[in-house]
Amino acid sequence: MTESGITSSSVNKIRKNEKIAFAFLWASAIITVLVLIAIVGNVLLNGVGHLSIEFLTREPENMGKDGGIFSIIITTIYLALFSLIIAAPIGICAAIFLTEYAKEGPAIKIIRFGTESLAGIPSIIFGLFGYVFFVVFLKFRYSMVSGGLTLTLMILPTIIRTAEEAIKMVPMSYREGSLALGATKWQTIYKVVLPAATSGILTGVILGIGRVVGETAAVIYTAGSSLGLPNSIWRPGRTMSVHLYILASEGLSKGNMYATATVLIITVLIINFTANKLIKQFMKA
Amino acid sequence: MKAYERAIQLMLFISAIIAILGVILITYFIINEGYPVIRKVGLWDFLTGQKWAPTQEIYGIYPMIVGSLIVTAGALILGVPIGIGCAVFLAELAKPKIAGIIKPGIELLAGIPSVIYGLYGLVVIVPTIRKVFNNQGFSVLAGSIVLAIMILPTIINVSESAIRSVPLDYKEASLSLGSSHWQSIKNVIVPAARSGIIAGVILGMGRAIGETMAVIMIVGNSPIMPKSILSPVRTLTGNIGIEMGYASGEHQQALFATGIVLFVFIMLLNITANLIPKKVGE
Repeated sequence: MTESGITSSSVNKIRKNEKIAFAFLWASAIITVLVLIAIVGNVLLNGVGHLSIEFLTREPENMGKDGGIFSIIITTIYLALFSLIIAAPIGICAAIFLTEYAKEGPAIKIIRFGTESLAGIPSIIFGLFGYVFFVVFLKFRYSMVSGGLTLTLMILPTIIRTAEEAIKMVPMSYREGSLALGATKWQTIYKVVLPAATSGILTGVILGIGRVVGETAAVIYTAGSSLGLPNSIWRPGRTMSVHLYILASEGLSKGNMYATATVLIITVLIINFTANKLIKQFMKA
Repeated sequence: MKAYERAIQLMLFISAIIAILGVILITYFIINEGYPVIRKVGLWDFLTGQKWAPTQEIYGIYPMIVGSLIVTAGALILGVPIGIGCAVFLAELAKPKIAGIIKPGIELLAGIPSVIYGLYGLVVIVPTIRKVFNNQGFSVLAGSIVLAIMILPTIINVSESAIRSVPLDYKEASLSLGSSHWQSIKNVIVPAARSGIIAGVILGMGRAIGETMAVIMIVGNSPIMPKSILSPVRTLTGNIGIEMGYASGEHQQALFATGIVLFVFIMLLNITANLIPKKVGE
């Protein structure tokens, strides 16, 4: 401000600056939303026309150039279930330990550091690790097991963090009530705390599914990319994201590429919508 | 009953340390696999070598280090102002109804798989650059634009919660001294939330450096030094992602060695972000 103090021109200048600044803030928010609409819109507009029941129920032909993505959808679900069955119990147990048992100290700091670090590791590093550890060292080859275990590690931090938040939100009085009735600590957790935190915990699990479905780099070097139904957990397979990556980078078929992208986007939309619903439900309870 | 409770506690503890075991295993196996090449080439020559020619057993990743840094820097230049702007908007200006539309949008942006971003880059951004600048389109610029979008959710979420954690007293005191709303934001609220905002930017930077698939699809991947933002470029992640499919023997170990360098970058960024308090008073 000028030395002459508050004059009408300096007030005008402040007003003008505020207008410009707020216009920038509005623009930032609008750009963010427009970018989202542009990306989702581009995929849906180009893809919906190529979608059909046949595309979802037929096998890929000519390396995915023709035909549908039936076995690819099944492989994706297979891999998501495999990693969840392992990651969800471990993640929830870890969260219970961190919230209900661990006392603040170096041990808990190290565990938290581990979880944070795991969350920050890029997927290509998970891919390298999964390849050298599960595929080569443990001789699991390119398989659902190698892919599933790699993804388990990847989604663990999401599940732990969300479950931790959910468990922390359960009011202390619930626990005190249960303990006062003579229940043991574990009975209290199992019968009172966990049921109260269920929808919050489920949110993390669903976000984990989202990560598995969208993952490419960590999957392609562990579960492989071969077409066909994996008829056992020791067989390789190709997920939707990997399929889309291969179609897009090899320019095989625009129609099938967009149709696959559309199925992928719709899956992600459903997952996000469900997670949001669950959070709202949890917040209300 | 006591023994039963103890057994359960042990099981919970084991679950809790699996994440840290995972980090240890990952670190060990990546280093173990990549170290032989670094030892053979020499750490300094590996990091500063200008030439990457696996068929001649020449492994220098300097162009890829520069590639990763330049693409990331571009993403930050484009993404940080919009990200912080959007965070300030959500925390200070947006009415609940508008925030209720934007917030789920940001969650969705965070949930979109990287291949979809890569696809959008490939079919929209690369052709646009090709048309405007009359070049091949696959470039640093294409990578920076797509990564800028991809890091928005991280920057917005961390910054917004930092801004929201600034006590209301600060703002009220500033307003009552006669400052305008914008002056309060600029001179009081944002500076108070500074460390959280910086943490958000660092986390976004980590995400940009670590991104693989979206980047591979749009930056051209030639392992040479980029001359300008319109040149094709290869990143550290791209180096691994492009060649992992067919590499074997020493060549494959050289990719793990690239992974070590990437891993060190990411760990340094994450540790820095973790050390910075993300909310006021933390």
